[in-house]
Amino acid sequence: MVIRALPTREEVFGILADVKDPEIPVISVVELGIVRDVTIVGTGAVVTITPTYSGCPAMREIEADITRALQEHGVTPVEIRTVYSPAWTTDWIGEEARAKLAAYGIAPPGRVSASELITLSRRRSPIPCPFCRSLETERKSEFGSTACKAIWFCRGCQQPFEEFKAL
Amino acid sequence: MSDPALVSYLLRLGDDRLVLGHRLSEWCGHGPILEEDIALTNMSLDLIGEAALLLKLAGEQEGKGRDEDALAYFRDAIDFRNALMLELPKGDFGFTIVRQFLFSVFSLLQMEALQRSKLDALAGIAAKTVKESRYHVRHCAQWVITLGDGTDESHTRAQHALDDLWRYTGELFMADDIDREVAAAGIGVDPSTLIEPWQAQVGEVFIRAGLTVPKAGYMQRGGREGRHTEHLGHMLAEMQIVARSHPGATW
Repeated sequence: MVIRALPTREEVFGILADVKDPEIPVISVVELGIVRDVTIVGTGAVVTITPTYSGCPAMREIEADITRALQEHGVTPVEIRTVYSPAWTTDWIGEEARAKLAAYGIAPPGRVSASELITLSRRRSPIPCPFCRSLETERKSEFGSTACKAIWFCRGCQQPFEEFKAL
Repeated sequence: MSDPALVSYLLRLGDDRLVLGHRLSEWCGHGPILEEDIALTNMSLDLIGEAALLLKLAGEQEGKGRDEDALAYFRDAIDFRNALMLELPKGDFGFTIVRQFLFSVFSLLQMEALQRSKLDALAGIAAKTVKESRYHVRHCAQWVITLGDGTDESHTRAQHALDDLWRYTGELFMADDIDREVAAAGIGVDPSTLIEPWQAQVGEVFIRAGLTVPKAGYMQRGGREGRHTEHLGHMLAEMQIVARSHPGATW
């Protein structure tokens, strides 16, 4: 008979640190702030998550990835609970993860400031190009290849790049 | 407060976003430029995501075992509670943008108020929707100004769109017993309280766009009670056919 030690909360967070966002495979679902809480229940865990955007099509895949990763490490059963409050914000993305985004070629999000979000038209100072650091950049569209990204163009290196939108 | 009033109220919130989200999705692959094609479908995705959350909540409050998919795909036009403006065909790009702007400003004001709802689940959905709506408002406001203050052609089309759409805007703000009941319970917001800030915000952008706001006149209504234009049935036929032809199918 195999007697398995019960998982700890820290161990579960450790396993989740290796579950990457399917659309941005350099940062984990923990770094992204999607995982809000973990509760150990016997040999299993309840993982509480929150969606980035309400229509984000990656959420089901993320749920499946979390369940699979935990089960592979013997944490079972896994229950995923989804909460919407407090609403997800890019301010939950830490400095280390921001550096990883930039290295991957995605400009990290600016800090969300309430005053900036109220105005109808948005004047923003240019953000540095993640490839060449030039500030000669302009936003082409607030909507990009995924719900969470905007499209920019760098006149310095003549490259389009993406920005993780502050939300 | 009675449960039927709450369920009706949540259906109105969800159906507005489902129907407009579907109309926007019709632009997929047809946008005037690639970036705008992506922007329209991104906004569509946000709206359909919000609709899914709201309809799921409506189904839970109803307590008859209907989930968001059952409510989206297995109700007929007479059971939909969206405002008429949102079901009109997508028209040209000017029509789509002007409608999106008129609704996005309304949605932002409505959801800002609903963040204080006593129904926690609704307050949570509202907080999420507010963040997404701000992007929609900004994007559409910039396009309204670009089109209105652009070429003769773009100005004319944007003005025609505003003239055609205006008579449908009143319905967004008409309160009935259902609205008043959920508002009195601290769960919903009385839409008639939103008209003044809405007029101020859209008016400011139309001035900058050089567009003339039509004079007050007769306002169409009916969607909130299930009396729709002929367009909704055609739209639903396309939206629902796969789910109805292959119930329970997954892929």
